[in-house]
Amino acid sequence: MRVTQGTFSFLPELTDEQIKRQIEYCLDKGWAVAIEYTDDPHPRNTFWEMYGAPMFDLRDAAGIIQELAACRKTFPQYYVRVTAFDSTHGVESITLAFIVNRPANEPGFRLVRQEEPGRTVRYTIESYAVAAKPEGARY
Amino acid sequence: MAINATCESTASPPVNGGASHSLTHGANGSLASALADTGVNELLGELDRDLIGLAPVKTRIREIAALLLVDRLRRERGFSAGGPSLHMCFTGNPGTGKTTVAMRMATILHRLGYIRKGHLVAVTRDDLVGQYIGHTAPKTKEVLKKAMGGVLFIDEAYYLYRPENERDYGQEAIEILLQVMENHRDDLVVILAGYKDRMARFFESNPGMSSRIAHHIDFPDYQADELALIAQRMLDAMHYRFDDEAKIVFDDYLTRRMAQPHFANARSVRNAIDRARLRHAYRLYSHPDAATSDESLTTIAAADLLASRVFADGDTR
Ligand SMILES: Nc1ncnc2c1ncn2[C@@H]1O[C@H](COP(=O)(O)OP(=O)(O)OP(=O)(O)O)[C@@H](O)[C@H]1O
Ligand SMILES: [Mg+2]
Repeated sequence: MRVTQGTFSFLPELTDEQIKRQIEYCLDKGWAVAIEYTDDPHPRNTFWEMYGAPMFDLRDAAGIIQELAACRKTFPQYYVRVTAFDSTHGVESITLAFIVNRPANEPGFRLVRQEEPGRTVRYTIESYAVAAKPEGARY
Repeated sequence: MAINATCESTASPPVNGGASHSLTHGANGSLASALADTGVNELLGELDRDLIGLAPVKTRIREIAALLLVDRLRRERGFSAGGPSLHMCFTGNPGTGKTTVAMRMATILHRLGYIRKGHLVAVTRDDLVGQYIGHTAPKTKEVLKKAMGGVLFIDEAYYLYRPENERDYGQEAIEILLQVMENHRDDLVVILAGYKDRMARFFESNPGMSSRIAHHIDFPDYQADELALIAQRMLDAMHYRFDDEAKIVFDDYLTRRMAQPHFANARSVRNAIDRARLRHAYRLYSHPDAATSDESLTTIAAADLLASRVFADGDTR
C-alpha cells in the first residue's frame, strides 16, 4: 500500500527536478526547509526524526538537494520528507511537507475494530511493519 | 496533519527570473545585442563610474564578462566547452576595494547567468573552523550550503592554514573547500581575499588551492589623485563638500597620511572624512548663535581637516 500524506498526497511521486522546483519555491517564499525521516509513517506520528537542523538563510536549492541525497543514501528504506517552515509572526508553523523517499516494500495498515458497549465501535489504524519489527528494522 | 494549505499555489512554482534570459537570435545575432540583453554593459559601466582607478581589476572583469557571454553564444550554437572555472583570489593592501569588488562580481556573474542567485556570503576563519573535533566539517558545510547559487567570499583566507599547529582544524575546512570548488563549480564561486605576501605563502603550502583558482587578481594601491577622487565621491554621496581651501589641505593630508604606517587606502579616506564630519559638527555646535545655512551644514572647512593628528605628527618629525 503506497502511503500518502502531505501537500502532494494526491500526486504520483515527484521527480528530482520537481522536488528541486518546489524547494526553490519555498526558498523564494523565505521558508526554512528541513529534511525528516521515519520508519513509523502512521498519519498521527508528527514526530519524524530530523536529518540535520532546519536550513535557515539558504538562497539556492542545491544545498538542500545535496542533504537530501545524503539522507536517502543513509536511510534508503525509510520514509523521508521535505518540510518548509514559515516563521512569519502568527504563522510560525510548517506550511508545506511532502514525501520524497519511501521503502521498496510497504505492507500498509490494518484497521482494528474494537467493540464497545452499546454497539459503539472504536477504530485503530495499525501498521503491519511497525507491529512486526522494532524500530530500525521495519522496512 | 493538515498541511495542504498551499498545494494549489505550489503546483507551478515561478521560474526564477534574472539569470535565465535566453539569447534568442538567429545564427547572425551580434555580440552587441546579446550584451544588451543581459544588461551587463550597464553594470560594467556602473563599475567604471563608481570605482575609481583599479584598471587591472576592471580589465579582468571585462574579460570574464566577455568569456561568459561568448560561451553562451557558443553553447547556443552547439559548441560546448564546459563551464569555465571562475574561482578567484583578490590580493591587495587594506582598503583597496577587494570586498567592494567581490560584491559587484556576484551581481555581474548572476547577470551573465553563471551563478543562479547572485548573493554574496562573506566569511572569515571563525565562520568555517570549529573549536572541537568534529565541529569544523558541519560548520563549513553549513556555510557552503548558504553560499550555493552565489559567491562565497573568504576574507583573509590564509588564517585557515596554521602551520605552527599541526592539529589545527583549519586544514579540515580547506579540504572540504577544495572538494566543493572542484565538484560544485556550477553551484558556487569561491573568492579568496587577503594581503599579497601572506596569500602567496598560503598557496605555497596549499598548492591544491592555488591550482583551483583560475583568476589571481591584484588590487594596486591608489595614487594620491585617485584617493582625492574617491574622497570626492564619498562626500557627494553623503551630501558634504570641501571648500576651496579644504580641497588643498586634503591633498596635503593625503600625502602625509600615505607616508604614515597603517595607511589603508580608501578606508583611510573614509575614516578621515568621518573624523572631519565630527569636527565640522562640533564647530557648528560650539557657535550655537551663528546662523546655520545649508551652506554651513554641508561645507567642511580647512580647519576641520587641519585639526587632524596627521598634521601635528608632521611637525614633530
Ligand atoms: N575604487 C574605489 N572607489 C571608490 N570607493 C572605494 C574604492 N575602493 C574602495 N572604496 C571604498 O573604500 C572602503 C574600503 O573598501 P573595501 O572594504 O572594499 O576594502 P578591502 O580591500 O576589502 O579592505 P580589507 O583588506 O581591509 O578588507 C569602502 O568603503 C569602499 O566603498
Ligand atoms: Mg575587506
